[in-house]
Amino acid sequence: MKPQLIQRYSAPERINHWIVAVCFILLALSGLAFFYPAFFWLTGVFGTPQLARIIHPFVGVLMFVAFARQFFRYWHHNLLTRDDIQWMKSVKTVMQGHEVGDTGKYNGGQKGMFWMMCACMLVLLVSGIIAWRPYFAIHLPIPLIRVALLAHACAAIALIASIIVHVYAAFWVKGTIRAMVEGVVTHGWAKKHHPRWYREVTGKQK
Amino acid sequence: MALQSLDITRRSASPTASPQARKTIEIAKLIDVSTCIGCKACQVACSEWNDIREEVGHNIGVYDNPTDLSADAWTVMRFAEEESNGKLEWLIRKDGCMHCADPGCLKACPSPGAIIQYSNGIVDFHQENCIGCGYCVSGCPFNVPRISQKDNKAYKCTMCSDRVAVGQEPACVKTCPTGAIQFGSKEDMKQVAATRVTDLKQRGYDNAGLYDPQGVGGTHVMYVLHHADKPEQYSGLPKDPQISTTVQLWKGWLKPLATIGIAAAGLFGFFHYITVGPNRADDEDDSAANVGRNEEDKA
Repeated sequence: MKPQLIQRYSAPERINHWIVAVCFILLALSGLAFFYPAFFWLTGVFGTPQLARIIHPFVGVLMFVAFARQFFRYWHHNLLTRDDIQWMKSVKTVMQGHEVGDTGKYNGGQKGMFWMMCACMLVLLVSGIIAWRPYFAIHLPIPLIRVALLAHACAAIALIASIIVHVYAAFWVKGTIRAMVEGVVTHGWAKKHHPRWYREVTGKQK
Repeated sequence: MALQSLDITRRSASPTASPQARKTIEIAKLIDVSTCIGCKACQVACSEWNDIREEVGHNIGVYDNPTDLSADAWTVMRFAEEESNGKLEWLIRKDGCMHCADPGCLKACPSPGAIIQYSNGIVDFHQENCIGCGYCVSGCPFNVPRISQKDNKAYKCTMCSDRVAVGQEPACVKTCPTGAIQFGSKEDMKQVAATRVTDLKQRGYDNAGLYDPQGVGGTHVMYVLHHADKPEQYSGLPKDPQISTTVQLWKGWLKPLATIGIAAAGLFGFFHYITVGPNRADDEDDSAANVGRNEEDKA
């Protein structure tokens, strides 16, 4: 690593992130195939429609487990502060490319995204297990399975829309994808987008 | 099969219309509960014709055997002992697929062509397309489809669609010794039912009536009930069956809503990027901190 770069994510953190990401893509594609008749052909990501139905829940469990690891890595960085509320209120300014507040490791938007993902993952896990055939659904009452299927679809759509925003934000703020691929960010990036975190990791005062 | 395939009016998970040119007569099976003696010949005929054998179970103290529908038992007799006006009544109902005009199973099924509806009204499962998700089980208001534990595919009464296609009645109709199960055009069956209902009313069953629930658009298996006001007495036959609201929400409005939500997220990103443009750290920051970011910008 070049000395002028700041380490943001370690190799295990990056591997963890990309396990979740790959699982998510497979799940989103096969899930959309089950949801939209016109996209049924997307079950092909797992070979055949039947295989997609069989494999989807197992990949789901893997995603949840990998995400749970991330949850325990990051939850304490994602507790909301007054600054974050300010950030959320000023989201229009942020959209114009201006910074708001003395942002730590994560800004208000990232924290909101974190808790949104947590909520979706939890709903997806519980509802997914309820609807999982042939293992669990056969032992459960049909009205419960109906609610689970509706909740699963709602949470999945919310998560897919959120991930689109997540990916776009990473693409929009240049230098961010590098943090999750190579693990490093520039001083300029850290100073601009996460000034409080920048001071913490470099030990510098303004 | 080419001609028969023209008789398919609806396929699961198929957004565009099926061939509509040919019209066949709408058929119905009429089960007169009041003349059924509970002999189970229909169960036997069903398993004979369709070559399915439920495992021999245990006597649980009632006549129901098998005790429930399964992938290997597409019809079962349900026996209910009901007391009304100080009189015991033994209500026997042949349970199985109702072949709804608006089938919840077909609405819920995500796999194109796994569930089809013929223009004569028969709702059939094509197991080669079934993926075993069990959505049909959730969609059905009558709790009929069953997923086989052997092959994870859904099964139910086919109304002997293979027999009906060549002008024969279903096996259960053919075998019924009392004529309690009849088969013909839906119009004819309604007339037969009306005659029988009049007859029952004359015999003191004031609430006798035809069970052809409109909540699912009517069914192609209909019952004559001596207590049509209380269908629940017949081992839980639903009074006003409808596709569950939860399923309607899931398969109905959630789809356009999801499309709007996902498209909005994507379009927002696209238009934001081409109007506002990327958010770069280097432009306004001191250059000292920005050494080493050149490669990244090129990428």
